[in-house]
Amino acid sequence: MTIAIAGGALDAAGTGGRRWLAEWQLALPLGLAFTGFFLAPLLILAVVSAFDDEQITRIGFAQWIKFLGDPFYWKVIFDTLKLGLLTVGATVLVGYPLALVYLGARPALQRILLFIVVLPLLTSVVVRTFAWIVILGREGVINGVVMALGLAPAPLRLLQTEFGLVLALTQIEMPLMLLPLLSVMSRIDPNLMSASAALGALRWRTLFRVILPLSVPGLMGGCLLVFASSTTAFISQSVIGGARLVYLPLLIWQQSLVVYNWPLASVAALTLLISVTACIAAISLIGRKIARHVDG
Amino acid sequence: MITGDRLAASTAAGSRARGNTVDLEGIVHRYGGLKAVDDVSLNIEAGEIAALLGPSGCGKTTLLRVIAGFVRQSAGRVLVDGRSIDDLPANRRNVGIVFQNYALFPHMTVAENVAYGLAARGIGRAARAPLVDRFLDVVQLKALKDRLPKQISGGQQQRVALARALAVEPSVLLLDEPFSALDKGLRLDMQIEIKRLQRQFGLTAILVTHDQEEAMSVADRIAVMHKGRVEQYDTPSAVYDRPATPFVNSFIGTTNLLPGRVIGREGGSALIELDAGAVLAVPVEASIAHGMRVQVSARPEHLELHATAAPDRLPVQVGLVVPLGPTAVLDLRMRDGAGIKLSDRRTDSLPAVGAALHCGFRADARPSVFPLATN
Repeated sequence: MTIAIAGGALDAAGTGGRRWLAEWQLALPLGLAFTGFFLAPLLILAVVSAFDDEQITRIGFAQWIKFLGDPFYWKVIFDTLKLGLLTVGATVLVGYPLALVYLGARPALQRILLFIVVLPLLTSVVVRTFAWIVILGREGVINGVVMALGLAPAPLRLLQTEFGLVLALTQIEMPLMLLPLLSVMSRIDPNLMSASAALGALRWRTLFRVILPLSVPGLMGGCLLVFASSTTAFISQSVIGGARLVYLPLLIWQQSLVVYNWPLASVAALTLLISVTACIAAISLIGRKIARHVDG
Repeated sequence: MITGDRLAASTAAGSRARGNTVDLEGIVHRYGGLKAVDDVSLNIEAGEIAALLGPSGCGKTTLLRVIAGFVRQSAGRVLVDGRSIDDLPANRRNVGIVFQNYALFPHMTVAENVAYGLAARGIGRAARAPLVDRFLDVVQLKALKDRLPKQISGGQQQRVALARALAVEPSVLLLDEPFSALDKGLRLDMQIEIKRLQRQFGLTAILVTHDQEEAMSVADRIAVMHKGRVEQYDTPSAVYDRPATPFVNSFIGTTNLLPGRVIGREGGSALIELDAGAVLAVPVEASIAHGMRVQVSARPEHLELHATAAPDRLPVQVGLVVPLGPTAVLDLRMRDGAGIKLSDRRTDSLPAVGAALHCGFRADARPSVFPLATN
C-alpha cells in the first residue's frame, strides 16, 4: 500500500502535465459541442452583423447605425427589458409569499404545492400558451366572470396587451423563480426563527431581518432565470402579445425569416444578448448590494 | 439565597439582582397520539439552575419549547413569578434561549447579533451601542464585535449566543444542550462561564441536557426525565446517592445491579441475600417486603476489596485493572461469572489480575434497593 502511494506520488510529480490533460479530456465532448454549436454560430452572428447589405457583400456598420439610430428599435429594446423586469417583479411578488406558505406547510401540502408550481414545466409550451388564450380572450374565462358579475360594461382587452402577457409569463416562469428560492429557503435553520421570536421580534421583523436577507441568494437566482427566460420567450410573446407588441425575439424572427435581412437580424440578436446580459449583471450587482445593506 | 457577594456582582453589572420563580403545573404535550410530555410539575426557585436530564426522546426539549412558547402545551400551566405566561406568544415571554447550534444570525456581525433583541424591543440605535458593548464585555468578546459568526470559534459563538440572550434581560434563561457541540476541554470552561454569568445576573435558568456529568456540574437541581415524565427532581447529590427509581439509578452514574432476595425485614432495613453469595443488611423503603426479589444497586466507588472472607462479602476474582488518572477501575468476576465494576483511588498496590479476593460495601456506602420486576 505504502509503495503504491509512493509510486503514485512519483507518477504525479513526473507527469503532472499529462495528468492535467487527461482530466480535461472528460470535458472534451461538451467543450467541442459548445464550440461547434454555440461559440461558432455566435462568431458567425457577429461577422454577419458587420455587413452593410442584405446580400452580405459589403463590410460596414450601416446596419448597426440604422438599428441604433432608429427610435422604433430603441423602443423594442426598452419594451423587451421592461417586459423582463415586470415579469421578474410579478413572480417575486407572487412567488415569495408562496415560498413562505410552502415552508410553513405540512409535507403533504408541500408536495401538492410543488406539483402545482412545477406544472408549467411539465406542459407543452403550445398547450400552456393556448390555455392562456382561452383564459384571457374576449370570450375567455376572465371576461366571462367579469361580464357575469357586471363588473365592466364591455369585455376587457387582455390578449395582445402587456398586462395579459405579464400575467401569463408570471405563471409560466414561476417554477424558475420558486425552485431556486425554495432550495435556499428550506436550508435556513428553523432555530433562527425561534431565536428571533424569543428575542422579542414580531413576525415582520423576523421576515425582513432574518428570512429575507438569508433568502437573497435564491431570490437573485430566481430573478436572473425569470428575466433571461421571459425576455426571450418568443412563443408566449408572439402568441399572447400578438403582432401589436414587438419584442426583440419577434424582431429577429421577422428580419431573418420574413424580410431576409440577416445583418439586421444579427444586430438585433446581439443587442438582445448584450442588453439582457447587462441587465442580469445589474440585477445581481443590486442583489449583492441589497444583501449587504440588509445585513449591515 | 441572595448572598452579599452575588448582590454586589450583579449590581456591578447594573442588572437586576433577583431571578424569577418558574413553576410548571401538570404540563402535558401530545404529538398526534403520542404523549411527549406527560403531566410534568416542577417548581424552580428564583436564581436557581434546574437541569432537565434524560435520554433523547424523553420530552425534555419539548418541555423547553413549551416554556419558550414555541409550542403550545396540550394541558397544564407555565407560571413565571407566579403569573401564567401561557397566553403570551414567544416574542412577549421575555425568555433568553441558547440553542445547541447557537442559532446566531449568520448574516449579522457579533455586535448586530447582540443588538437584535434590543432593536426588537424598540431601543434606538444610539442607546443600543453601549448596551451591546457592555454585554460583549461580559463575555469578553468586545474585540470580535465586527466579525461574522462563521469567522469565530465554536466557544466564541456560544459566548455571543449567551450575550445575545442576556442582553434582553430575560426573566428566565433557557439552555438547550448548549455544551454538546464543544470540545471536551472547552466544555468545562463554558460550564463555569455560564454558571458565573447566571450568578452575576441572578437569573433563573433551565438547562436541557442528556449528559449527566454536565447536569451534575452545572445544575442546582436535576429533573431526571424518562418517557415524558419526571422520575426524580432533587439536588445532584440526592439524585446520585438516593435515586428514586431504577431508571434514575442506571441513568445517573454507573452502577452494578446485583439481584437477590429479602430474607429478613426489621424496622427501616432489610436483610438481603444476594444471588452471588453474600448477605447484606441495608436500609430500604417501606415497599420492600419480606421474600421479595430485589436488585441492589452498588456504585463502583461504594465497593472495596478485602483479603479475607466475611458473610457480607462477595468472593470475586480480579479480571481487569484499568487505571484512569487519579482512579483505577477494576473489573471483577463473581462466582457465577457475571462482572461487577469497582473504582478506587489508584495506588501502587493495586491487586494483580487473577487474584482471588472478597468484595464488600464500604462502611459509608448506601446501596439503593429496588423491587425486581418478575416476568
